[in-house]
Amino acid sequence: MSTTQEVVTRAAAQAPQEQRQQNVPALIPPVDIVEDDSGITLSADLPGVSREALQIRVDGDTLTLEAPIQLGEASELEPVYVERRAGRYLRSFTLSRELDSANVAATLKDGVLTLRLPKLEQARPRRIEVRAS
Amino acid sequence: MYPSLLSFPGDLFAEFDALQRQMDRLLGPRGNTSSIRAVERGFPAVNIGNTPDAVEVYAFAPGIDPGKIELTVDKGLLTIAGERRTAPPETAPKTNVYARERVDGAFRRVIALPEDADPERVDASYRDGVLRIRVQRREAARPRRIEVSGATA
Repeated sequence: MSTTQEVVTRAAAQAPQEQRQQNVPALIPPVDIVEDDSGITLSADLPGVSREALQIRVDGDTLTLEAPIQLGEASELEPVYVERRAGRYLRSFTLSRELDSANVAATLKDGVLTLRLPKLEQARPRRIEVRAS
Repeated sequence: MYPSLLSFPGDLFAEFDALQRQMDRLLGPRGNTSSIRAVERGFPAVNIGNTPDAVEVYAFAPGIDPGKIELTVDKGLLTIAGERRTAPPETAPKTNVYARERVDGAFRRVIALPEDADPERVDASYRDGVLRIRVQRREAARPRRIEVSGATA
């Protein structure tokens, strides 16, 4: 069974049109995705995002991360050199059926989001004994 | 008829030009211009802005222990250096890695400060993965209002 290929290959670029309602330019945050026996761990770099502002949505089989970037800069600040030009982050992933989307756990620390997507109990690997006939 | 498109009434093209210059000022250098010390847009990404009394640098450096960031100012150059570990320390036997996009390892960025920046008065704070560095300007460089005295006789 192809377990998590979808999670890997689909990024915001292929996200459904309705996910991109707002025309505000968005940055695609870099992620690390690692799978083990009991689930998938996703880490995303979201510097400038506070815990209150971060939105994590699971809609059907689509997981969406969206957050505005808030630097708290002074109002009279005049930009002279800018590498980060967008005001928000946006990225979507297509989940697969064996992931338990109702029990996603998320922590945000120093601008790094860690998401734990556990597998459903019946989807965890089992060892099947082969009996001698 | 108008003699040429360039002298179109209402200075439409001049307005476009003004808009373009305003965009350049707001967004900073673009396209084929880049900072000589950051041609490849290293980690961390930085945004730099001016206020009347300071230069503010915002470095996007998530997931770093603020105590381990090495920040130095030397001869008008601000250096941000450190190390970031994103890979888990122990790799469990049955793991599959599907994405490794985040920067891992040592990093160093050098930023040229304007001439009026005062290396003695720098303060830095770290919040939500963004390092904010404020370098105060020298007193003499701040705009001052000069009183014009009335002419005598």
